[in-house]
This record gives sequence, structure tokens and C-alpha cells, in this order.
Amino acid sequence: MKHEMTNKEYGEYVKKKTPNSTILKNCVKAFLIGGLICAIGEGFITLYKAIGLDEESAATFESITMIFLGALLTGLDIYPKIAKHAGAGTVVPITGFANSVVSPALEAKTEGMVLGTGAKIFTIAGPVILYGALASWVAGLIYWVTSMI
Amino acid sequence: MDTVIEFVKAFVVGGLICVIGQILIDKTQLTPARILVTFVVSGVVLQFFGIYEPLVSFAGAGATVPLTGFGYNLCKGAYRAVAEKGLLGVFTGGLTAAAGGVCAAIVFGFLVAVVFRSKSKT
Amino acid sequence: MSRIGRQTIKIERPVYIRESAAIVGVKEGEGPLRDSFDVVLTDDTLGESTWEKSESKLQKKAVFTALDKAGLAQKDIDYVLAGDLLNQCIGAHYCMRDMDIPFLGLYGACSTMTESLSIGAMLIGGGFADNVLCATSSHFCTAEKQFRTPLEYGGQRPPAAQWTVTGSGCAALSSEKGIAMITHVTSGKVIDKGISDLTNMGAAMAPAAIDTLIAHFKETGQKPSDYDLILTGDLGHIGSDILIDLMGREGYNLRNIHNDCGKMIFDGEKQDTHAGGSGCGCCASVLCGHIMGEFKKGNLNKILVMATGALMNPMIVQQGESIPCIAHAVTIEREAQ
Repeated sequence: MKHEMTNKEYGEYVKKKTPNSTILKNCVKAFLIGGLICAIGEGFITLYKAIGLDEESAATFESITMIFLGALLTGLDIYPKIAKHAGAGTVVPITGFANSVVSPALEAKTEGMVLGTGAKIFTIAGPVILYGALASWVAGLIYWVTSMI
Repeated sequence: MDTVIEFVKAFVVGGLICVIGQILIDKTQLTPARILVTFVVSGVVLQFFGIYEPLVSFAGAGATVPLTGFGYNLCKGAYRAVAEKGLLGVFTGGLTAAAGGVCAAIVFGFLVAVVFRSKSKT
Repeated sequence: MSRIGRQTIKIERPVYIRESAAIVGVKEGEGPLRDSFDVVLTDDTLGESTWEKSESKLQKKAVFTALDKAGLAQKDIDYVLAGDLLNQCIGAHYCMRDMDIPFLGLYGACSTMTESLSIGAMLIGGGFADNVLCATSSHFCTAEKQFRTPLEYGGQRPPAAQWTVTGSGCAALSSEKGIAMITHVTSGKVIDKGISDLTNMGAAMAPAAIDTLIAHFKETGQKPSDYDLILTGDLGHIGSDILIDLMGREGYNLRNIHNDCGKMIFDGEKQDTHAGGSGCGCCASVLCGHIMGEFKKGNLNKILVMATGALMNPMIVQQGESIPCIAHAVTIEREAQ
């Protein structure tokens, strides 16, 4: 080739040629749908408090309800359709966590309930649980050490 | 009126946390899985420095529904357990606080996998 | 058969594409080329319990349809050359276990259709066979599962992402007369320009396409205007732009002569397919359906078809490697030029 590019030059050329995501539009959609999901969560907290649950139980039941809804909407193939538009608006809320647990479990069913669903259920959510638990262990340890002094 | 304001606060704060995630998706090479990890760890760190609790008091579900809230919950649980049980709490606190959510994800995840079948996309 | 260059051979014993068949999925059947396919599925599962079985059945359907159209039986076929995108080529292998034809499995990722045509033309051109079947397939659901995220996972596809075609094509090559002839074969080298973004395959594959295309023009002495159409497999919109731009810099004007199966098979605006279609089945179904149809109608006389493939898997890209790619080209001509 007459005008051979180095890999670095080609990489920069490709960056120029590749259209960027329409970030403003994406952010507006993420804001609206993410906000709506949180507002629905707030609705459940209000509801559970109204039927007499204490603050903490209401919050936990709200999480469980949201996870249930995220899981159900994933099974019904509705969640990915919303997610196509919402992006982070459906990834970041806890319903997105449910989606990331359900979707590999559902797909791997054809490989069996143990080695398929069982082994694959945390392929996406596993890192969240690992690093979340690890970080809280470190935080707890620091708290324990400082409380000893 | 107060309830309406609670909803608006949850909507706005929750929406804004999602916008941060969207900017990370669009502007960085981070895959959604890495972003989720970042959010959870951020929640732990923010709570560690006592920043997340005020946000939860202000926005309610707007702060607890995003995955940063999961991290907040883990960290808060670890603190409380350490205060009660010392070193044992370092190990039991975080996951105990998150147990409801994780168990719900496992149970509902399993049930949905049993009942439904993955579908082709158009 | 004679070698006319480092990468190119001229097929001297006539090799015909006797017939071809294309089967596509539901979404592809809603696209602009819907009328050119032999079968458009109404159910992407094809009644099977797993997506992998669905893909095998898809490929089998294409092979049997091509045999039917060509008026040949399995015993008439000397070799079947086939492949797909799945690990260990299970799409093709589980299709071929129900066949009674000597089989050679190929893996060229999305370049497999032209790889199979290349080798098929060599087998017949070299006098080792009289009838060869060339088939490939891809299925959106098996490809997502193997290369990307679970089907129900909610995520956003970046603008450069491509949509794996659910489709299969089979061409029946023969030493006896048919729709058109394969006259030249240019085999590609593995080219890696350091792209590691799995959501921008067009950009990763374009340099391989350029390399093979330049070799083809140099070694055959042809120029772009000698062809009615230069057809790439699945560079999509971004890869095609890069191809046209960089070939222009090398002094080859492809504007108005180039098209890409990935751009043709979907309506990007209406079908939300971003940078276009991809997968082995993309080139296979467009070539075996639409393009051979155009030859039959007399709308095409001479084309160069070149499918490109990304020769990676997600694991090695996670290990930090970039994406090596390849492109294989064959010249297809109507007889008596």
C-alpha cells in the first residue's frame, strides 16, 4: 500500500470515522426512565409504610418488589425493549441488577438447570456482588480497627 | 403535598445518578458490567465517608434504588454489625444487609428462568 | 488453473454456480431484500428447542433447497464445504451429520462464504470434483449468546454495532452450466491494524478488505470500473466508508461500484440495525439470494464478491489482544465475456 498507516494512525482515523453516541438524547432518556423507576420505588416505600412497616422493612420490601418486577419484565422480554432506549436508566437501578441476574439464567436454561442456569446466573451480576461485598468488608475492617484504637 | 415533593426528589436524584452512568457508557470504553461494579463500590466508598446517608435521607428511593444504594446498604450493614459484634461483624455485616435483595434476585431469577424461554429479537 | 499472483489464481476449467438458495429469519424478511430469498422464516426457532439446533436446521434447509433447485441429489455431490460462527463450527457439523456427502469444515468467521466458494472453485477447477456445495449460516441468537450478552439482557448498542443476520446461503458449484462462473480467486492474508473494539467490527475488518482488494487488482490487472459491482460481506456502513475512503487514497475509485451485504439486507433507519448486518449468513443470504437473482435477470455481468471476517473470540480480546481479520475475494462472471 502506498499510504500504509501505522496501527496508531489507523486507530485515530477510525475514531474520527465512527459516529459518537447521541449523548444528550441518551442522557435525557436515561434521566427520565431512571428517574421514573426510582419514583416507582418511592411509591412502594410509601405504600409499605402506610400499611405499617417500619422504615427499614419498607425499604427492603421495596427492593424485593423492584427486583421481582425487573425479573418479570425480563422474562416477558419487555425490559430489554425499554433498555434499548433507556441505557443507563435501566442498567443502574436495582431492576437492572435483576435483569443482569435473570437474563443469563434464562438463556442458559438450554444447558440444564445446574450447569446452565445454575452456573451462569451470576456471570454478569457476580462482579457486582464480589466487589460490593469486598468493599464493604474493607470498610467494616477499617471501622473495626479504628474503633479499637 | 409533602408526598409529591418526596416523589419529585426521588425522581430527580435517581435520574441524575442514571445520567452519570449514561455519560460513563457513552464517553468511556467501560462496559455496563464495569459500570455496575463502579457504582456499587462508589456506594460503599461514599457511605464510608458519610456522604451517602444524607443523600438517602433527602431522596429516599432516588438514592437507594440505583446500585450505589446497594453499596450504601452493604457498607451501612458492615458498620452496624461491627458496632454490635466487633470483628465478626466485619464478615457478616455487609452481606446480611444485602441478603434480602440478593435472595430475591436468586429466587425470582430462578423462577423466571424456569417459566420463560429466551426469545429472538427483531 | 493457473496462479497469476501471490494471492490470486485464475480458474481455467469452467466452474459454474449452478444454483443457489438463501433462507433468512424474520427480521431479515422485513428488510429491503425480502423478495429475493427462497424462504423467509416465520419463527426464528425453526421449531427447535435450542438456538444452536435452530441454526443447524437453518443451514440444512439452505443446503436442501439448493440441491432441489439445482436438480441434484446428495450422491451427485463430491464435497460439501461449510462453516459458521459457533465454537467448533457446531452449526455446520450438526447439520452435516444428517448428510451423506464428504465434508470439509471451514472457519473464516464472516468471510466463510467466499472462503468456501474459493476452495470449491479450486476443487472443481483443479479437476478434483464436479459438484461442490458451499454453505454457511449465522443466527442472531447463537451469535449474541456466544459473542455478546444474553438475549434478554437490557443494554444499548453503540452506533458502530452491527446486527448478526439470521440466515443461511448455499451455492451449488458445478463443472456443468449454471447461472454464472467463478473465474478468479484471491485469498486474503490475516491483517490486524490494532482495533480491539468488539462493537466496531467494520473498522477492524476494513484493512483486510483493502489488502485483499489491492492484491486482486494488481494481480489480475483489473480496475474497479471493470466490475458492475464490488460487493463486500459485512463491513457495514462504517467499514464501507473506510474502505471507499482508503481505497481512494490508493488510487482506486470504488464510489458507485461498491456495495455491502450488511448495508443492503436491513433498512438501518426503520430496523434500528445501526451500522448494518453482519455474520456469515449476511454475505451468504445476500449473495445466494439477491445477487444470483440479479445475474439470472441479466442485471449483472461481472462482480467481485469479498466477504470479510474477524478472527477472534471474546476471551482473547478480554486478554487485551486486538482483532485479526481476513478477506477472501472471488470474481463471478456471466459466461462468454
